[in-house]
Amino acid sequence: MSPSHATETTSHTRDRFLSLTALAVLGVFLWFAHNYLSGYVIRILNTIAIYIIVAVSYNLINGVTGQFSLQPNAFLAIGAYVTAILALSPEEKVQSFIIEPMIWPLSKICLHFPVSLAIGGLFTTLIAFLMAVPVFRVRGDYLAIVTLGFGEVLQVLANNLVPITNGPLGLKGLHPYTTLWWSWGLCIMTVFCVVRLVNSSYGRAMKAVREDERAAEAMGINAFWTKTLAFTVSAFFQGVAGGLLAHLITTISPGMFGFMLTFNLLTIIVVGGLGSTTGAILSAAIIVLLGEGLRTFEEPFTLFGHYFQGVAGMRMVIFSLLLIVVMLFADRGIMGREEFSWRKLIDWARSLAGGARRGRK
Amino acid sequence: MDYSFILQQIVFGLTLGCLYSLVAIGYTMVYGVLRLINFAHGDLLMVSAYLAFYGIVIFHLPWPVGFGLAIALTAVLGILIDRGAYKPIRRSPRISALITAIGVSFLLENLALVVIGARPKAFPEPAVFVGVLETGTLRIPYMSFWVLGVTAVLLAAVLVVVRRTRIGMAMRALSRDMETVRLMGIDIDRVISFTFVLGSALAAAGGIMWCLRDPPLDPFLGVMPGLKAFVAAVLGGIGSVTGAALGGLLLGLSEVLIVAVKPEWSGFKDAVAFSLLITILLTRPTGIVGEELPD
Amino acid sequence: MSSPLFQTHKLSVMFGGLTALIDLALEIREGEIVGLIGPNGAGKTTAFNAITGLIRPSDGKVYFKGQDITGRRAPYVARTGIGRTFQNIRLYQDLSVIENVMVAGHCSVRYGVLEAVLGLGRYAGEELRIRRQAEDLLDRMGLLSLAEEKAGALPYGSQRKLEVARALALEPELLLLDEPVAGMNPGETEGFRGLLKRLHAEFSLTVLLIEHDMGFVMKICDRIKVIDHGVSIAWGTPEQIQADPQVIAAYLGQG
Repeated sequence: MSPSHATETTSHTRDRFLSLTALAVLGVFLWFAHNYLSGYVIRILNTIAIYIIVAVSYNLINGVTGQFSLQPNAFLAIGAYVTAILALSPEEKVQSFIIEPMIWPLSKICLHFPVSLAIGGLFTTLIAFLMAVPVFRVRGDYLAIVTLGFGEVLQVLANNLVPITNGPLGLKGLHPYTTLWWSWGLCIMTVFCVVRLVNSSYGRAMKAVREDERAAEAMGINAFWTKTLAFTVSAFFQGVAGGLLAHLITTISPGMFGFMLTFNLLTIIVVGGLGSTTGAILSAAIIVLLGEGLRTFEEPFTLFGHYFQGVAGMRMVIFSLLLIVVMLFADRGIMGREEFSWRKLIDWARSLAGGARRGRK
Repeated sequence: MDYSFILQQIVFGLTLGCLYSLVAIGYTMVYGVLRLINFAHGDLLMVSAYLAFYGIVIFHLPWPVGFGLAIALTAVLGILIDRGAYKPIRRSPRISALITAIGVSFLLENLALVVIGARPKAFPEPAVFVGVLETGTLRIPYMSFWVLGVTAVLLAAVLVVVRRTRIGMAMRALSRDMETVRLMGIDIDRVISFTFVLGSALAAAGGIMWCLRDPPLDPFLGVMPGLKAFVAAVLGGIGSVTGAALGGLLLGLSEVLIVAVKPEWSGFKDAVAFSLLITILLTRPTGIVGEELPD
Repeated sequence: MSSPLFQTHKLSVMFGGLTALIDLALEIREGEIVGLIGPNGAGKTTAFNAITGLIRPSDGKVYFKGQDITGRRAPYVARTGIGRTFQNIRLYQDLSVIENVMVAGHCSVRYGVLEAVLGLGRYAGEELRIRRQAEDLLDRMGLLSLAEEKAGALPYGSQRKLEVARALALEPELLLLDEPVAGMNPGETEGFRGLLKRLHAEFSLTVLLIEHDMGFVMKICDRIKVIDHGVSIAWGTPEQIQADPQVIAAYLGQG
């Protein structure tokens, strides 16, 4: 066993140990939050987890594979509706569907939450696959328009297919199945899957397609299947996230899944660094918190003794400016394309400590 | 068979189609030259309509001045967007420009929302546009004729510019091979700016006519028409001005006629554009006019 | 005589009204190193693109190992065993040197997506195999010490070598090199010639190369095809080509 191979194994074990410890710490924190923190904070934590799922999967198609898609709002909607429709009991359906009764057999189906969630994810994956084929065969540029258009069409469908979706009234009274364990558990699972995929040969193929698609094809990579893989995997996790979202907010309606949702996620992955999973995670947390913080400025508030009227819609103006500014001046975002590793964190901590020590002298 | 009804619907369809065409031309020209889908293009409809609204209602400008000023200012905005947001990242990967374009679009919409407010404004209707032509059972608003006429004139003008003038030919050359054109000593930035001016002016005209035809004006006016106009450009064959015109007309006709024939589908009217898009991508991706644009 | 490894027959490419390549006939025997030369714009890279499936030929046929691969797309052609480099370097700029080479291993990867995600089955073994192959190739090219650097940060000569390493990761039988020593000084060119000879022997390669550096071409090629304005004007050994009056005229006419 060569010396470098030996250090490789020890650092591998160290990494594994550190990761498991971090997970344990997270688990303890979640338990604490679940039992001691307010409903508001719990909701924010759940939202962060869900946004991380969406951001990390969105980053897979936009950042890692370099294909510009505007999908999240549509896929979240599909996941949300499918999960909700499957999870509601027949009695609750009768109560909700007051304009037109729900069609059979949907009116009679009632599945457990995990099963509904899984089917929601899989159904979204199927839709994504059907979309991917015409688009990726032709020009990847059209992906943005197709996904954008699809999001709009989906709203139209949701509003009009009343026997399935209950139209503009939406679905209310969903069980709050989404607990911190569900959202963070699935969040960890998503990150795990995506990271492993990106580090595999499939991930390398995706990056090659991003860097130079024609050269990648000349090296034997089938760009069509590579893009389709990224797109469908992305869709699956977003469908699941949609189901989680539905059962967190307990009410869904067609208007909830408008373009603004996609825009926020785009801002998240750009700010985090297009192509970096770590960046997407950090940025999701930051932007969700920032959004909450900015929300206070949209209502009347008092600052330093002065009363301000509050500007509705200011949040979105700020986020649009943020996106443009980042694209023009800091287009690598927070992490660029770098990823987290324990090694880097240790080195960074050491350099900070070293700097502090030198400063004190 | 109610022929006057069908004729009416055809006129409505063509009217709507004209508006889509005007916007589609801007999309197709910019895509041809820069390979950029200018998401902010659709919002220019909204901008020009608001400018016209303020000009006429607040500043009491006579309507030709108000409309003309709105179009001119919107055209300038088009260049400013290119210079400010797209030009700095001309050399970056394509996805950067697309993301920035979405950012600009969203910014325009939300700025309008914050500054002007969400409540729809009633667009002024100058007397010359009001009125309906009635013969027998046929009822066609004068506005439809105005739209058809103005669009025909503008279209002819654009085609002349693109085919006969030097700058028009430079635009077409640019869409084939940017490097060679640069080597020929042509000022690429001027050509690109011109492309934006032309496209923005057309969209601005379209925006004003859109509101004359269908008054309520709100910050998100441009979203759906913008999207559909791009679909029209793809339908016709992206990069081709005639294609954009044909695609727009086809889309307008389809939308109106499908709802006319099957009124119960009227809720799904917006899905027509999308279905057409998927169909064309599956069957004839290069569009009706169909030229393969080099990568 | 055994049939040639690679053949083209009346291969032609036309863009709109422009004829880029007309009736190209190539015949390459196993183990040969063949040069494709001609003045700028003669259609050489177009020929490469038509052969490797990056563009569709307008007419003609391409045969490889007895199989008709005309008009087949690039990934298919690569998988049959034809690797290539590009005239203007097309490396994956933001990926590391070793990742650039490992990507070519994706063709032959033997684990599925699920195995990748769960880390089961053949995943670990295949990853190791691909990595070892990449390290070996980099080592042969003298680039192993730069393995973790970003490809875009490499000096020019190293980038050219990396392109070759990447193409070799496909385990090709036929290697197409598009101006492999362009921009290199005489020392580097000599070094590359030696490298190519070694690789040719070690990997039992058959090579078709485009080059403008006549010294390089004459020294390394077994036979040379000359084209000008898309038309073939000569085909033979270096000695025959150097004496061919049509070739001389074509090059002098360039002045």
